[in-house]
Amino acid sequence: MLPNKSNIVRSTLLVLGLAGLTCLAASGLKVGDGLPDLGAAGLEGKLPDKLKGQVVLLDFWASWCAPCKESFPVMEKLHKEHSGEGLIIVAVSVDEKSADMEKFLKKTPATFCVVRDAKHELVKTTDVSTMPTSFLIDRAGKVRFTHSGFLGKATAKQYQDEVAQLLKEKAP
Amino acid sequence: MSMKTRLALLLFSATLLLATGCAEVKPWERGALADSIMIADRDPIGDMQKEHMFLSREEASGGRAVGGGGCGCN
Repeated sequence: MLPNKSNIVRSTLLVLGLAGLTCLAASGLKVGDGLPDLGAAGLEGKLPDKLKGQVVLLDFWASWCAPCKESFPVMEKLHKEHSGEGLIIVAVSVDEKSADMEKFLKKTPATFCVVRDAKHELVKTTDVSTMPTSFLIDRAGKVRFTHSGFLGKATAKQYQDEVAQLLKEKAP
Repeated sequence: MSMKTRLALLLFSATLLLATGCAEVKPWERGALADSIMIADRDPIGDMQKEHMFLSREEASGGRAVGGGGCGCN
């Protein structure tokens, strides 16, 4: 027996509804959202004492990801140039083994904050689509810019411009 | 269509949906896929020699490689 028209319409609506719910569930962290509570995310390592009122670059990386490693010298430069003006970089490693992260950090020392999301709790809430992904958060604690992937000089230039713009803004 | 048939169809569709072997690997879970051991052509010189012999014997070459290592980076 062939399904009638109303059955087809009902089934289509059901499928579309389910698809919509799936999209809503996987919305992740986006521009305009607030900075997630890093202290409650169970991260391994020491977080900066004060994030409120600062410009925060939250970066998700892994030692097995080549572009992530390429971004480290750029972030180090940013940290050296702007940490005194209120820029805080928090690099969150999603490495499954801490030894892998430490091995990389031995080769490429970083003076900014590096922590590890061992249980992948924080990265799941942000639902990043690419490694690395970074979020630039303004002094009011809102996500202002996101970067999917690291495209060498182009991303480095964007970081410089966006960080300079956010540092100029006053804390509310 | 009777209620019984509808329920059976719904159950069958749900079973099909759940029985698929697909699992989404999130970008942060691709450490194992990005391992160098996952690279199909880790010995480029050896592969070149094998390819040369294959071409001589079979009069055919190529079609061995696929793009991307599954790292998910960029």
